Amino acid sequence: MQINATLFLNYFSRMEYLPQILFLITLGIVSFILYKRIARIRSNIMLGKEIDLKNHKSERLNNMMLIAFGQKKMFKRPVPAFLHFLIYFGFLVINLEVLEFVIDGLTGNHRIFAPLLGGVYPVLMNIFEFLAMAVLISCVIFLIRRNILKVKRFHAKEMTSWPTLDANLILVIEIVLMLAILTMNASDQLLQLSNEHYPDTGTLFFSSNLIPLFEGMSEGSLIFVERFAWWFHIVGILAFAVYVTYSKHLHIFLAFPNTYYGDIAPKGEMRNMEAVTNEVNMMLGIQTEQPAEPPAEIARFGAKDVNDLTWKNIMNAYSCTECGRCTSECPANQTGKLLSPRKIMMDTRDRAEEVGKSLASGGKGLEDGKSLLGDYITKEEINACTSCNACVEACPISINPLEIILEMRRYVAMEESGSPASWNSMFQNIETSFAPWKFAPTDRFKWADELKED
Amino acid sequence: MSEYKVPTMAEMTSSGESPEILFWVGCAGSFDDRYKSVTRAFIKILNKVGVSFAVLGEEETCTGDPARRAGNEFLFQMQAVANIQTLNGYNLKKVVTACPHCFNTIKNEYPALGGNYEVIHHSTFLQQLINEGKVSLKGGGSFKGKKITYHDSCYLGRANNIYEAPRKVLEALDAELVEMKRCRTKGFCCGAGGAQMFKDAENGKKEVNIERTEEALSTGANTIAVACPFCMTMMSDGVKNKEKEGEVKVKDLAELIAESEGL
Ligand code: HEM
Ligand code: SF4
Ligand code: SF4
Repeated sequence: MQINATLFLNYFSRMEYLPQILFLITLGIVSFILYKRIARIRSNIMLGKEIDLKNHKSERLNNMMLIAFGQKKMFKRPVPAFLHFLIYFGFLVINLEVLEFVIDGLTGNHRIFAPLLGGVYPVLMNIFEFLAMAVLISCVIFLIRRNILKVKRFHAKEMTSWPTLDANLILVIEIVLMLAILTMNASDQLLQLSNEHYPDTGTLFFSSNLIPLFEGMSEGSLIFVERFAWWFHIVGILAFAVYVTYSKHLHIFLAFPNTYYGDIAPKGEMRNMEAVTNEVNMMLGIQTEQPAEPPAEIARFGAKDVNDLTWKNIMNAYSCTECGRCTSECPANQTGKLLSPRKIMMDTRDRAEEVGKSLASGGKGLEDGKSLLGDYITKEEINACTSCNACVEACPISINPLEIILEMRRYVAMEESGSPASWNSMFQNIETSFAPWKFAPTDRFKWADELKED
Repeated sequence: MSEYKVPTMAEMTSSGESPEILFWVGCAGSFDDRYKSVTRAFIKILNKVGVSFAVLGEEETCTGDPARRAGNEFLFQMQAVANIQTLNGYNLKKVVTACPHCFNTIKNEYPALGGNYEVIHHSTFLQQLINEGKVSLKGGGSFKGKKITYHDSCYLGRANNIYEAPRKVLEALDAELVEMKRCRTKGFCCGAGGAQMFKDAENGKKEVNIERTEEALSTGANTIAVACPFCMTMMSDGVKNKEKEGEVKVKDLAELIAESEGL
């Protein structure tokens, strides 16, 4: 014990361990916050109803590989797809460097992989720099597309101040993070000349151009610049990771499960409501094969609030990138109606967040007197949908706004009898004349008589 | 007496026959004045090629599609279960329908309620007839060199991935197929799906069918081919609204084939 305590004291009394301790604490705090956020998002998603999506495993895997990893549907619009691909690919690869950052930070090393990889290391560093530049330039172009060219799909009613700020913040943060990498590499290259603590990386393609900025600085200042950029980058990335959980940028993780759990059935198919089937069979006196299990208590027909949707619908909402491809192809939206499938997804997420937040602080949660339909989404919006599936087809990450719309219509029709009057007459026509129009059922075959006169 | 026969399932079954195909006519095909002519054109083609077929006649009722899309699941299932009982009472081989909504419902949604059939849309059926040489369109027919544009029905296209069959049918006419900018997976809706056919549109800047008709007219085609009764109504209304009904015709695939066959 005695020895341990001495060691421990010794350990702490030596200033050189301070950065490692600080790093450990930072990592610990961020991990804790992330853990809490992920748990909250998970429980918000689980507000939704159960739905069994364990089937079709290989087809699902295939979809995820093509649509998420392979960015298949993004490439329907080649320009943003290409720019996005650079950011996406850059992110995946630069994360390898973040791994080195974390190990360095914890062990007090500098560029721990450099001696291990030998001559490969400078090559890798150059590749990373190319990718960092590609990310940087793509983000700048994305900023221009949003703010100067004002690409139409980024500007709509639902793109209020927060979604707009969120989109710009993400791009600016990524640019700043990339600049930090380049600054760090530039000062690092100068330090390599005089200090053997800094492994040789050779001349790096982009950051070497920044060297003149730092030439003539004292070694102390250089170390400060290098360390500052290092800390800035890694703390920036960690803070960004937390930020992402509040942002549309969550898609960088959720795109993968979201495409995995995307729809397998033909888009035209609406899921059957078993609860209704049981009642219909009873009404018609049809014997079902299964022994009549006591039908599970159905809270509600259709969807009024987030808990009436499935967890997949809510995960969809958390995955949405707010790109507006759906809305830009929606016939209702494009002809000036209130409906916007992107807004449906954003509202669903906002409501799930609201309920989750309230529940976490011991509030009323779902019983707060508000609901998704009514307080966020109006009947006018859902009534305008032609169920054309353009939004579903357009979404690059397999989100289905239509399903939410149709579930809400089910609620309005079956729980409230609140459908538009002409729909109610259509229902009546089907009930009485077995056709949506008011024709005598006995006239149904009249067309054949007319044919015989031909 | 006309040369065209329209046997019903009940008649055929009672005389011990079971037809190759059941032609599901649909409500529009039975009642809508414009669409009845599509039904008749299709019957003529069926007679001409000599396939053994039957219809349900007065036994057919609405599939329930508009009720389901408008949210009334009870009514949908009542319709569906009743239709399935009728269909399961016969020895069915294949169901063919000219309505993409009936097609989608019977093919994709009836199985969950105990109705399992092979269902094909008439565009696919016509394409098969052409491929098999049963309908041979003599080149240089009345459509040769004329511009036709095809309007994708959402319930055929995106809903069921049928994009090529209707186009193959049109190509067989020897016509010049000109595509609209928004076609196939990006096809712009006519505005009638999802039960919109049965109510007024919400407030907006424009009607969906006008937007689509303008796009169709801008191709310079003098025939707008459709493969759905709702698209037929919406596009015809659009053409009338633009006062182009003199120059531009909206026609179903079956009508075009029947016409070029001289039926
Ligand atoms: C894993 C790393 C990823 C990163 C770093 C990343 C980064 C970004 C960034 C920075 C934007 C904003 C673009 C803008 O402001 O216009 C964006 C948008 C988007 N991302 Fe990702 N993304 C990633 C993964 C994915 C995946 C796997 C998908 C699935 C296909 C995806 C789909 C999208 C879509 C649809 C948008 C909207 C793009 C548009 O405006 O057209 N992303 N992403
Ligand atoms: S399905 Fe509805 S919400 Fe989606 S694009 Fe079509 S009309 Fe718009
Ligand atoms: S639902 Fe899909 S297409 Fe629509 S904004 Fe979200 S990510 Fe984009």
